[in-house]
Amino acid sequence: MSQGKSGAAKARPLSPHLQVWRWHITMWGSILNRATSVALYVGALILAAWAIALASGQDAYITFTGMLGTPLGLLVMFGLTFSLYFHLAAGVRHLFWDAGKGFDPKLADLTGVAALGFAIVATLATWAIAYMTGAL
Amino acid sequence: MSDFRTPLSRARGLGSAKHGVSTWLFERVSSITLVPIVLWAVFSGLKLASADYQAARVWMQSPVNAVLTLLLIIVGIWHMHVGLRVVIEDYISKPLSRAALLLLNMFVCGLGGALAVFSILKVALSVGGLDGGAL
Repeated sequence: MSQGKSGAAKARPLSPHLQVWRWHITMWGSILNRATSVALYVGALILAAWAIALASGQDAYITFTGMLGTPLGLLVMFGLTFSLYFHLAAGVRHLFWDAGKGFDPKLADLTGVAALGFAIVATLATWAIAYMTGAL
Repeated sequence: MSDFRTPLSRARGLGSAKHGVSTWLFERVSSITLVPIVLWAVFSGLKLASADYQAARVWMQSPVNAVLTLLLIIVGIWHMHVGLRVVIEDYISKPLSRAALLLLNMFVCGLGGALAVFSILKVALSVGGLDGGAL
């Protein structure tokens, strides 16, 4: 086991940690998928707060939507829109992996770029529609 | 004492907790379920963003909107409870901190989900756009 000749514990080899890896798209995709999932956790609680405000009366609802309309609120909603679309695309990617498909390195890189591209385009499109329909 | 079990029988009794598959399956099934619901939610969010209080209440009184919002909350919060549990188990190795965070995850999801479900039902089952009653 890990005992040296002297009987003292010998330092065992450790697997390389984050900082020695060259950053590549599949690694970005994995980290971003988990980060966006935690962001969406907060997003779901904001959604729950919206439902509570709606049931609590007009004053509560106006206060809540007023908070969402501040620059900080809009920034949070923008980030949540991106998180939603990225986590959605990455989730579909995971479902294909669960079926044993899409593991070829070139294809995995391609779907990673596609997920990121979809999230960016869909986020901008959603906010463009929000702007055009007078939601902002 | 002698052990009468065969090596294979002993191996089968080790390792698996026997019910992990249902969690794994639920993660996948909830992912598939959430794809259409979430796309509907974005579409609805865009409509609601320019609606006032009365319009939002009337929106929630439509059966389709109320039920899909309930499904979004229930399936979504269950999905995120399972997901964050994995994140906590991955990064927090101190037993007490891990247990505390797992419990907190459960309480936040349970309380948030229950409050949201009750609120949606309260609005959906009321009549008209105005309701001054406090929760």
